[in-house]
Amino acid sequence: MKVRLTPQGRELDVDGVKIVGDLLRRFSVVPGTVLVIRGDRLLTEDTALREDDDIELRSVVSGG
Amino acid sequence: MKCTRCREPAEVKVRAHNSAFCRECYVLFFERRVLRAIEHEKMFRKEERILVAISGGKDSLALWDVLSCQGYTTVGFHLALGIGGYSSRSLDVTRRFAESRGLELRVHALADEGLAVPDMMKATRRPACAACGTAKRHYFDAAALEFSCDVIATGHNLDDEAARLLGNVLHWQTDHLARQRPVMQPRHEKFVRKVKPLFLTSEYETASYAFLRGLQYVVEECPNAAGATQLTYKAMLDQLESTSPGTKLSFVREFVARGAAAFERPEGEGPGGTCSGCGMPSFGTLCSFCSLRAEVDRKLRSGAATRGDGASR
Ligand code: SF4
Ligand SMILES: [Zn+2]
Ligand SMILES: [Zn+2]
Repeated sequence: MKVRLTPQGRELDVDGVKIVGDLLRRFSVVPGTVLVIRGDRLLTEDTALREDDDIELRSVVSGG
Repeated sequence: MKCTRCREPAEVKVRAHNSAFCRECYVLFFERRVLRAIEHEKMFRKEERILVAISGGKDSLALWDVLSCQGYTTVGFHLALGIGGYSSRSLDVTRRFAESRGLELRVHALADEGLAVPDMMKATRRPACAACGTAKRHYFDAAALEFSCDVIATGHNLDDEAARLLGNVLHWQTDHLARQRPVMQPRHEKFVRKVKPLFLTSEYETASYAFLRGLQYVVEECPNAAGATQLTYKAMLDQLESTSPGTKLSFVREFVARGAAAFERPEGEGPGGTCSGCGMPSFGTLCSFCSLRAEVDRKLRSGAATRGDGASR
């Protein structure tokens, strides 16, 4: 699947992840610091992922 | 995962509240939490005019969205900071939001006075955020006065407040702790009260709300924010939160409810004079913003003089 990290703008191909929780662990993302977006929906950690998914991991952290 | 309220598939899990919500229930949950904070802390009433400081990020737009949908009278105020593409994109999304809702928006551009944040930084060698903060405070106060608003609302969220509280505690900044409240009363009749209606909603919650409501906001950060100590504190707090959900919420909520009183002190006198530069209340002959402006002007004049010398040689 394709995974886009915003706002960094990096795009990666990822395989071997079955659910959103695996994906977050793969990227060492602390839950609650990103939105997991597929199309126009937000996904919770237990949501199953497919190989042809297009996922955006959008940081929610603002600074300053 | 199912919605705690209606059993439909959930889109947002709010660990701090041990709940999950579908889109509709989440929007309701979020609105209620914001409204409860407004009422509980007596931030403002329905008949008051609220100046909402809009940066173009998720928090301020989510706040403006909730307040306008709930029938509050709002004036959006955007201070254009002049920080390259980041600032132009921020103005853009802010304008589009206001236009799509038919909301009143006032914009002031620092660059119009030669005071874009990067220029102030260069001229004064102050950190960008110090100059920027001084400008924001000044223009928010001035805008509230000019547009006859009763209160200034900002989009500071739970994570902002928790990070600031942690910083203040780590350094035992007792004077800052005395002033870290969700409602700050004015210290002069030309000033108005300042409130933070999102102080108990986390960044994750405001970002989820903004997304589920279809709000277009600027996702990128101000380039000057990178490396800020506050981000380190936020990361530490997120670690704590992931092992014990609800930590941030109780840290901030209980500080306000029980801790803050310990640091309270009689409020000092407010500013007794008037700034000769801008007419706003001031402790000295110039307010801190006008002294900053004077410093920039002096540097630019001496810079121009140096360049003039070079040309004449
Ligand atoms: S991070 Fe950017 S917007 Fe925030 S205070 Fe610093 S310069 Fe201003
Ligand atoms: Zn529901
Ligand atoms: Zn002044």
